[in-house]
Amino acid sequence: MYASGKYSSRGPALIPRMKTKHRIYYITLFSVVLLGLIATGMFQFWPHSIESAADWTLDKRSVHDAPVVRLPVSSPIPERGDLSCRMHTCFDVYRCGYNPKNRIKVYIYPLQKFVDELGVPISSTGLSREYNDLLSAISDSDFYTDDVTRACLFIPSVDVLNQNSLRIRETAQALAMLPRWDKGMNHLLFNMLPGGPPDYNTALDVPRDRALLAGGGFSTWTYRQGYDVSIPVYSPLSADVELPQRQPGPRRYFILSSQTAIHREYRAELERLKEENGEALLLLDKCSNLSQGAASARKRCYKGQVYDYPQILQESSFCVVLRGARLGQAALSDVLQAGCVPVILADSYILPFSEVLDWKRASVVIPEEKLSEMYTILKSIPHRQVEEMQRQAHWFWEAYFSSMKAIGLTTLQIINDRIYPYAARTYEQWNNPPVVKWSSVNSPLFLPLIPPRAPGFTAVVLTYDRVESLFRVITEISKVPSLAKLLVVWNNQNKSPPEESLWPKVGVPLKVVRTKENKLSNRFFPYDEIETEAVLAIDDDIIMLTSDELQFGYEVWREFPDRLVGYPGRLHLWDHEMGKWKYESEWTNEVSMVLTGAAFYHKYFNYLYTYKMPGDIKNWVDAHMNCEDIAMNFLVANITGKAPIKVTPRKKFKCPECTAIDGLSLDQTHMVERSECINKFASVFGTMPLKVVEHRADPVLYKDDFPEKLKSFPNIGSL
Amino acid sequence: MQAKKRYLTLFSAGACVILLFCFGGIQVPLSRRGPGRRDDRSLTGARWRRFPGSLQPFNSWEQDRSDDQNEHISPRQKRDANSGVYTARRCRMESCFDFSLCERKGFKVYVYPQQKGEKMSESYQNILSSIEGSRFYTPDPGQACLFVLSLDTLDRDQLSPQYVHNLKAKVQSLPLWNGGKNHIIFNLYSGTWPDYTEDLGFDIGLAMLAKASISTENFRPNFDVSIPLFSKDHPRTGGERGYLKHNTIPPYRKYMLVFKGKRYLTGIGSDTRNALYHVHNSEDVVLLTTCKHGKDWQKHKDARCDKDNAEYDKYDYREMLYNSTFCLVPRGRRLGSFRFLEALQAACVPVMLSNGWELPFSEIIDWNTAAVIGDERLLLQIPSTVRSIHQDKILSLRQQTQFLWEAYFNSVEKIVLTTLEIIQDRVLQHTSRSNLMWNSLPGGLFTLPQYSTYLGEFPFYYAKLGIKPYPKFTAIIHVVTPLVSQSQPVMKLLVAVAKSQYCAQVIILWNCDKPLPAKHRWPPTSVPVIVIEGESKVISSRFLPYDTIPTDAVLSLDEDTVLSTTEVDFAFTVWQSFPDRIVGYPARSHFWDSNKERWGYTSKWTNDYSMVLTGAAIYHKYYHYLYTTYLPASLKTMVDQMSNCEDILMNFLVSSVSKLPPIKVTQKKQYKETMMGQSSRASRWADPDHFAQRQTCMNKFASWFGTMPLVHSQMRLDPVLFKDQVSILRKKYRDIERL
Repeated sequence: MYASGKYSSRGPALIPRMKTKHRIYYITLFSVVLLGLIATGMFQFWPHSIESAADWTLDKRSVHDAPVVRLPVSSPIPERGDLSCRMHTCFDVYRCGYNPKNRIKVYIYPLQKFVDELGVPISSTGLSREYNDLLSAISDSDFYTDDVTRACLFIPSVDVLNQNSLRIRETAQALAMLPRWDKGMNHLLFNMLPGGPPDYNTALDVPRDRALLAGGGFSTWTYRQGYDVSIPVYSPLSADVELPQRQPGPRRYFILSSQTAIHREYRAELERLKEENGEALLLLDKCSNLSQGAASARKRCYKGQVYDYPQILQESSFCVVLRGARLGQAALSDVLQAGCVPVILADSYILPFSEVLDWKRASVVIPEEKLSEMYTILKSIPHRQVEEMQRQAHWFWEAYFSSMKAIGLTTLQIINDRIYPYAARTYEQWNNPPVVKWSSVNSPLFLPLIPPRAPGFTAVVLTYDRVESLFRVITEISKVPSLAKLLVVWNNQNKSPPEESLWPKVGVPLKVVRTKENKLSNRFFPYDEIETEAVLAIDDDIIMLTSDELQFGYEVWREFPDRLVGYPGRLHLWDHEMGKWKYESEWTNEVSMVLTGAAFYHKYFNYLYTYKMPGDIKNWVDAHMNCEDIAMNFLVANITGKAPIKVTPRKKFKCPECTAIDGLSLDQTHMVERSECINKFASVFGTMPLKVVEHRADPVLYKDDFPEKLKSFPNIGSL
Repeated sequence: MQAKKRYLTLFSAGACVILLFCFGGIQVPLSRRGPGRRDDRSLTGARWRRFPGSLQPFNSWEQDRSDDQNEHISPRQKRDANSGVYTARRCRMESCFDFSLCERKGFKVYVYPQQKGEKMSESYQNILSSIEGSRFYTPDPGQACLFVLSLDTLDRDQLSPQYVHNLKAKVQSLPLWNGGKNHIIFNLYSGTWPDYTEDLGFDIGLAMLAKASISTENFRPNFDVSIPLFSKDHPRTGGERGYLKHNTIPPYRKYMLVFKGKRYLTGIGSDTRNALYHVHNSEDVVLLTTCKHGKDWQKHKDARCDKDNAEYDKYDYREMLYNSTFCLVPRGRRLGSFRFLEALQAACVPVMLSNGWELPFSEIIDWNTAAVIGDERLLLQIPSTVRSIHQDKILSLRQQTQFLWEAYFNSVEKIVLTTLEIIQDRVLQHTSRSNLMWNSLPGGLFTLPQYSTYLGEFPFYYAKLGIKPYPKFTAIIHVVTPLVSQSQPVMKLLVAVAKSQYCAQVIILWNCDKPLPAKHRWPPTSVPVIVIEGESKVISSRFLPYDTIPTDAVLSLDEDTVLSTTEVDFAFTVWQSFPDRIVGYPARSHFWDSNKERWGYTSKWTNDYSMVLTGAAIYHKYYHYLYTTYLPASLKTMVDQMSNCEDILMNFLVSSVSKLPPIKVTQKKQYKETMMGQSSRASRWADPDHFAQRQTCMNKFASWFGTMPLVHSQMRLDPVLFKDQVSILRKKYRDIERL
């Protein structure tokens, strides 16, 4: 509405004076004509390449019904891939555009059967089972679009997974015939077995202009870093065999070699290693007595003894993956699946998805020349690391190798990350297995910074109507040297705060914020008025803290800006009888929480509490008028993995837990409720993030036999 | 008149519609039968669906096998063939580098002796002296694995006064040149007006390039190293810290995106900067360019120049740099620019607009975590892109800029060492750093993979891996006086320490001149006691990374230390929360003595401290390794000769890694008194020179580190109920309070 109004009001200035209705009429007319002509022209001059095909319905179909396209002998052949291609030179980024989801759109060409002039197909297999899986997975994903005009990436349905089954020249011609080919711009080809005898090139030999190649078995000389994607060679066994889960740990064999076609030079080398190290090595080969066929792929032999493959891989800590004719080996996938750490000996090989995967955490790469030193090298790896690698290897397989879907979508995600690098998945997202993702923490305030003292802190006092007590608190806090500002959060909607003249006179700015609802979470709102990093949350009845204690608390916070630094400490305990968590406020030797009735913390946690609190915790706290401090302790511990810091000795706090409710009779139920909070929060967080420590922070010279007046913080611990 | 006009209009409209039908509407259906007209229609709306039924697999096992058996050439021959084919622009480590040279003495670097009369820029001098001061340096070319020229190759711009002539001949005549094999050539500028090629003007042969502003096309992955462009004022060592002091919330600064720099009116690299004004809004996106540079700018100036120049002068670059969330780093004539390091240091998240620039140390640094990689083609989208970046992401990008700046960029030495470490990682492939080691604190230069390739064995990654350090410690008691009586302090210490529930093992390091006492003279303990006789009996040997330390934690002890089991237990529980720091008992402090213009050392009781003595301290075993391998021989020898300051040096080292102070835990009073040197025993603390030496040490160490790494702390950690007015029976660490 607004926009259209704006345009019509601008209209008259742009167009020569004319009667309004005529003007509109002419404009419409001309634009219609113009559009029509443009459209016609487009159709006339659009490059046409496909000869003929019958109309083809999508229902009742099979690969045999795919329209046949006959390639003329003279049909153009694309240029060989350009080795200097990079995203900024050979990829048209305008097609991807800016979109709020930061997701590329991928189009898949409909299946066609390309034949030469004699009717011989360009590929001996046609659409393979795996390529069918791959394209189907992509079409089911968020990347897919069936609108060719919106696509940023195009995937031909011409199956080039295995170069052996292709007629190179004709395949290239077929690619060039694709209606949107445009020099291969923004086209993605998937190839797992490149090259052919005798040279076995490491990249697909089909000329392909500027098309991106997702290839298995790239060498450093053919891989265009940042342009191509190195993918694994899919192992069909993945789909057939389900291996039982095996926990990482020591295995029966130390090193296993299970590939069947190892060059004799390398086999000799392996045999020598076996002689030196005996039982630790298992050296398998194909079984000579078995008939050929699919079954033989599942058996391996050593001196007449038959082993099941890939099950035997689970019996070894390390599994050798040697280069064959090609650099990429399907065995790598089997090895990872078995949770065996691959020992990769394939010089110049670009490991699958190396752009994003940290292979050093899942494999050992050894130069082929050092095959003879393999045993010593592997022995030097710490046990704990081997277990980590076993876990990591299996997780790589599960996430990125296990199916054509996994391979395809990982490839697209990598390309997506290049186009929207600022929204790319992180190293942790790519590389941390779920168990690590679950237990590890990446503190958002990770830089070891000790902020300068000067900006001071902002004290946020939550109050309802205890004006007298509030004024005493304000007066006390105002004596703290590093106080920068006082913010009173007035949580009483029925009563106005006292007049300005009645407030105590303090040397720092004092602001009163009136809230709309009486909610506990108001105390943790990231008010714009808080201009310092450090926040001191304090209740309106905490008058027992001395200026030294508060100043010292601030100093400690500066050393631990990513933690809650508070005065009264509390503990959570596991109640074995009840089988649940229990809240403890007695004198204990341990601390896992500090109360936010008096605590310093970083303003960032206000933001987290308000906007990122998991589940319904925030509402729950507001509804029950309790446990906001426990929630804050959970939140901070969960995101930083660190315990809070209790400062200074225990004082007689006037039942700080009773701030919300007065009267001793309610005290008991209040405590019970706090135990319940811990159990509820632990279930919402899905874990118990609180960390227990046995220390508290005191000034360096606390209780030391030293003149009090020379101490920085003498007045500490008075009751 | 009116009617006529109306008819005319109607007629023309009709004609148009007919025309349209002829060319468009009718043509289109007709074209269906024409060649190819149909395809675009079939392209849209034809959703890909899975084909049912069984299809052939893409590969059969037999075929795969026969492929592999087809191969007849020996793999060794194949490798040799590679090194003949892939040279020059296709060089890789596999084909152009001789690994065998590195197997003799490990990764050692040789610097050619400097020729007299050969001019050399200060920057190159700094590079060479950084290498010579590093632990990789060897003066013997026979031991070297990597060679560095003493010919200044930094500036290969022919118009530059720093340009060295006749390099080609000079390089060829070097006796060890060997076609450039295993050489590394440092370069900051190459090419000149007008095309600024990346050619160095001489044949580098098989040498590696460590080059600034290198493009992805010319960059040979895993062979070259992309280094940052640094100015001639870049400090050789030490280096400034990053400017970030606060993590303010919300993280936005006054400006969203800024840039201030030259605009090239014509020629290479001018397009992007010429277009910046489209995005400039003089509010929160301030992109300023000036045409005023070079002699004849007036000649080329365009219509916008005067306006741009005026706007340019209105803003102060420093002010903008400090007060902006993002800083644009567009390419200049060359791909890299000084803006990059400036932004990084200022914690202004760099927004890269330099298509095809292989970012500095791209092999190891994940730049997506510290910068926004833009595309010159999408300049107009940049403001909306940076605005779409979430607050949390900004917070983390900003902190990462600071980490990277301090870890790899803030001095010439760091840049050079990073380059060398990258190459070392390639050479020792299976003992190299993982991505996490390079990209998280404390960074690759402090994380030596030769110690372990397992992240869990370092003090830095416990939280990241979600694991905890091994819950026991190994005590190492440094003994220098002979055993004379069973009541000697060391006996008591041994018993007390071994009694700790967290003690896994005690190592007695016998650095005394007297022969080892018989085994039975040591008191019986429940944990194993290992006696190691120090070979050289030097004090640094207490920090050797002994294989016999089975735990992550080490409790380092002097023989005269007095400690109770409770104190040890408590300190160890504290250390578990701070595994990357030194946790100990007696503390010391440093201060800047402005009268003497040097650092001072104090052992007085003060309200703060910056060191914890390693005569009684717990820290991670890894610091033994770092002390032994990372620190230069010069400092260690100095310490050994004086038999003093080893604890100060350890504190310097740990604080320079962690950037944090050590942690002091509480202790009984009597301990302090013995440590104050009041006892009658012949302690080294009683030596009058002792204190003066420690002053000297402080300053020597600070000069090697290039900066003062020590950080002050004002707190001490006590047990939760320490000296609280509650029954002593409720206290777990009650012995600490008893005298």
